[in-house]
Amino acid sequence: MTRFVLRRLLLTIPVLIGASLLIYAMVYALPGDPVRALAGDRPLSPAVQAQIRAEFNLDDPFPVQYAKYIWGLLHGDFGQDFSGRPVLEIIGQRLPVTVKLTIVAVFFEALFGIAAGILASLRRNSFFDNLVLISTTLLVSIPVFVLGFLAQFVFGFKLGWFPIAGVADGWVSYLLPGLVLASLSMAYVARLTRTAMLEAFSADYIRTARAKGVGRSRIVMRHAFRNSLIPVVTFIGADIGSLLGGAIVTESVFNLPGLGRAIFDAVRSQQGPVVVGIVTLMVFFYIFFNLVVDVLYAVIDPRIRYD
Amino acid sequence: MTEPAGVEAEELVGQSSVWADAWKYLRTNPLFLIGLTVMVVMVAMALFPSVFALGADPTDCDLSMSRRPPSAEHWFGMDLQGCDYYANVIYGARTSVAIGVLTVIGVLVIGVLVGSLAGYFGGWADTVLARITDVFFGIPLFLGALVLLTVSAQRSVWTVSLALVVFGWMTAMRLVRSSVVSIRGADYVLAAQALGASSGRILVRHILPNALAPVLIYATIAVGTFISAEAALTYLGIGLQAPEISWGLQINVAQSLIGSSPHLLFFPALFLSVTVLGFILLGDALRDALDPKRR
Repeated sequence: MTRFVLRRLLLTIPVLIGASLLIYAMVYALPGDPVRALAGDRPLSPAVQAQIRAEFNLDDPFPVQYAKYIWGLLHGDFGQDFSGRPVLEIIGQRLPVTVKLTIVAVFFEALFGIAAGILASLRRNSFFDNLVLISTTLLVSIPVFVLGFLAQFVFGFKLGWFPIAGVADGWVSYLLPGLVLASLSMAYVARLTRTAMLEAFSADYIRTARAKGVGRSRIVMRHAFRNSLIPVVTFIGADIGSLLGGAIVTESVFNLPGLGRAIFDAVRSQQGPVVVGIVTLMVFFYIFFNLVVDVLYAVIDPRIRYD
Repeated sequence: MTEPAGVEAEELVGQSSVWADAWKYLRTNPLFLIGLTVMVVMVAMALFPSVFALGADPTDCDLSMSRRPPSAEHWFGMDLQGCDYYANVIYGARTSVAIGVLTVIGVLVIGVLVGSLAGYFGGWADTVLARITDVFFGIPLFLGALVLLTVSAQRSVWTVSLALVVFGWMTAMRLVRSSVVSIRGADYVLAAQALGASSGRILVRHILPNALAPVLIYATIAVGTFISAEAALTYLGIGLQAPEISWGLQINVAQSLIGSSPHLLFFPALFLSVTVLGFILLGDALRDALDPKRR
């Protein structure tokens, strides 16, 4: 067990270094002037350019540049916006909103996804089963921002059930965006649960339980469901990392002042360093959650360790 | 004399290669036919937009007609600039289909190349290539493309496709690699090796034709994913830019007018979703057809 965890940890290090190197190379080492690329359409005065070159160590050789950049990241230096405000400060301010949104989304994803999956698996090929299959296919096809606008228009604007945008109403303002953000994963969770449950129902231990005279609800919840939960929980865990990326679109549609909205605003005002800083953090989150899930997977399911 | 005998024998067994068998199944699958129809219509729309637009010109605008709702004359109404929205939505198919197809071609080229090299040669080459793939996998498609497009000077169909290829090839590589590994030890490959065939010939003639099914299924679904990703990037203001005609741009403009002119949002969103759905249905049906266990 310890050996597996250690190996998995060691394997993450090159990925982390590689990912940060990749992002760094994209921004600072691509042909062309990074200072100008980061500045976007606004021309910078030579003095400011020189200052930025010095600040980002662009006159050093590449390995030195990169080492200084990593050193900065490790000390929480994710860069600054054009008014000199550290990106870390923006992150500190915006992160709580994104975390709340992610919590709501994961809640919906797990609740509706698993419930729909179990119900569909209980009566295979029934009306409800087909409804789940069709609606999940539709959910997967509709891009998140289209779904966001649709939900905003119908439930916020026409029906007035939910706030249209912003976070003025506390947790209530997160319900609709959370549902939209969760939609894609919800469809996957429903399908995953359905498949896993169907597989479990045809397993020998279920037949044994039936033969022993165990009640139907106990078979479903205790025997089939608990064994089906492993792939589902793994998916949801790894999904937390990717929800942060999807939050860019959802937060922009619903105008939630989170990390994603900060990226959207930075893209609009062409503040490259802010975009890069926040994306780097999101990539680290993504890698981190994948690591946690892999380790937890091994804890839950002993068979995986022998791989 | 051996020739007719061979034909006879084949007739006896019934010519059913994997693909012929799959086609027999697909022909009668309604979901496949829906997906195929959507794909054919969208590709035709991308190639000959003027035919579908019934001669309407997307750039022929009249500001006094701004945001008119749909009417008999202008089926989808008019956009903010007073241009015929139907023509604009039709012409938008071209960029979406172009980006979807270009990206998938790029992903297939890199994925098949890297995946088959890693899978066939194994050992050091495999370790190094797999590690590189891991690193790219550490960066989600959308975030990676976002950074690359933030720092790129110009944004066109080509640069957006390139950004999506750079962060989208890894799944294809893993699929090809694993099927090449599973085929590498097959008897007919060993036979070809024993006959002295070169590595290149074995890979191209013997292994790849049998290893491509999973990655082709993935590629079909991926066209939809990439079209959707382009629209989302463009909506954020980091993909394509005006005067390019694209569904993402149209949705971007429609966003602030959602209350007064919902038709501006509805039509490009509908076309976008139906296109993505078409490719997903096509890929799903293809997967069922090529894997009889799933039917």
